[in-house]
Amino acid sequence: MSVHRVGTVVRKEVREFRRNRFVIGTMALLPLVFLTTPMITLFRIPASASGTKARAAVGVISLLMLIVPVVIPPVIAAYSVVGERDQGTLEPVLTAPIRPSELLLGKAIAVFVPSVAIAYAMLFVVAVGIRFGAAPIVRSVFWHPPQLLAQLLFTPLLALWTIWLGIAISTRARDARVAQQLATVAGLPLLGFTSLVSFQIVRPSVPLALGLAFALLTIDLAAWRFVSRLFDCERLITGRNPSRDTPPRGWR
Amino acid sequence: MTSGEAAVVGAGSTVPGPTEQAAGSGGEAIAVEHLTKRFGERLAVEDVSFGVAAGEVFGFLGPNGAGKTTLVRVLATLISPSAGSARVAGIELSAANGLAIRQQIAVMPENPGLYLRLTVSENLEFFAGLYGLGQPRVRIGSALEAVGLAGRVNDLCGSLSKGLRQRVGLARALLSDPAIVFLDEPTSGLDPVASREVHGVIDGLRSRGVTVFLTTHRLEEAERVCDRVAILNTSLLTIGRPDELRDRLFTKTLLVRTAAPLAQPERVFAVPGVERWHIDGDGAYVLSVSDARLVAPAVTRALVAAGADVLSLAEGRHSLEDVYVELVDDVEARS
Repeated sequence: MSVHRVGTVVRKEVREFRRNRFVIGTMALLPLVFLTTPMITLFRIPASASGTKARAAVGVISLLMLIVPVVIPPVIAAYSVVGERDQGTLEPVLTAPIRPSELLLGKAIAVFVPSVAIAYAMLFVVAVGIRFGAAPIVRSVFWHPPQLLAQLLFTPLLALWTIWLGIAISTRARDARVAQQLATVAGLPLLGFTSLVSFQIVRPSVPLALGLAFALLTIDLAAWRFVSRLFDCERLITGRNPSRDTPPRGWR
Repeated sequence: MTSGEAAVVGAGSTVPGPTEQAAGSGGEAIAVEHLTKRFGERLAVEDVSFGVAAGEVFGFLGPNGAGKTTLVRVLATLISPSAGSARVAGIELSAANGLAIRQQIAVMPENPGLYLRLTVSENLEFFAGLYGLGQPRVRIGSALEAVGLAGRVNDLCGSLSKGLRQRVGLARALLSDPAIVFLDEPTSGLDPVASREVHGVIDGLRSRGVTVFLTTHRLEEAERVCDRVAILNTSLLTIGRPDELRDRLFTKTLLVRTAAPLAQPERVFAVPGVERWHIDGDGAYVLSVSDARLVAPAVTRALVAAGADVLSLAEGRHSLEDVYVELVDDVEARS
């Protein structure tokens, strides 16, 4: 594993993202769309409101903050491999001395860093807004340490998981748009899991948050290995499945 | 040569070659033995064997779908062979050696495959990083100078014409100072002047001892730049120097033109060394000869002795295109 090569891929990807209106638009607009209405709702909750109402409103905004790392990264990640193939840049890259695992890790990091930065920025804005602008009942529900810890830990780990999902789809899809649509749909089941925590159906505690975070981290690492194995150079270059052929010894 | 030195040069460069260490055993940069590649039921390359010497410019010719690009992809470790073996830059072709082989080679596909949102410099910086090159800016500058793009460093690749993109692709292939360069149709889409510049770059690589593996449809290009050529149509049809191939396939001929038809051509052409002859028009004759240089003076004397007004007497030249058409047509007729 060459850190230098991974870094080279990250730099190139970030440069491309910065000049891609679709990526910039997705990363900038979706968080605004997700946050504006629930924030207004939160600020309108009066001090006399019941705990149930406050929990429901906080649950919605917590869920929406977790949607960002679940929805945005896979859409961008889904473009990473099939998009390169479509624009003809994959073949030159694969003739350079880089391992598929390095290429994919670089691509994943390039999506991960801005996605998580945006998600954390949203969390910061919401937390500060609630701390100084919302009713005390809302403040006490939101500023529940295990809930905040879960939010802080799950944001990057969920992002990483959905990024690997997006890249996995990208290595197998025939078309970039199809890959992006599939990746969006594939990330949705995770919302069920995040809803349980956001709406405090599963009451988050520090051990539970740490336990789930460890499980997610394990899944993320396994996903990196798995997706690297899914990356089939021959299939991507020729569009044919080489498993039907029998290469000579040393190639498998 | 250190990794930081700018080693990329164009035509006429005198920078010493860096690549002797990468040549295979016995001076062979590429050695292919009984290589076959199958895609399902379809045979793309069948039982191909050949060697390319270190520092040689080797041309690979063949019709569309002949397996040229497939063979380049196999040798570049992008796809696995179905059977057979090969050594590239002295390294056994295998999945485990992919990284080591790719460190020694550079491939320029027919579609240069540039990141259109990045500038020329950013595209090359990316590849310099993948190869772990020292002093990337110096190398990028040298590579761009070699292909005549020194002034376009900061242009977005998306704004370049097809020909200029092709040249950026070529600069990328030169960037890592490779032992072997695979060029897949490098002059496709280039105007004649730009094509000539590419030929100059290839000559420059040859003078530095870099092995060039060139696939092309342009037969005059192969004839102009290649030391040897191979003609492929799924299997290897022939391999050799262009003049060797001509000699192998076609008998040597003398073309005679006279002002008026000869009265008794059978007597005039009864010269030692003339194997047979035929009339090729009014006052035009084609003579099959054993050696044109030896026979031509004797034929000239015979024509003068017969009182013929000789307009021209020349050696018949077959082009590489004639060789190609003869071989490919023959295979297609048989199949």
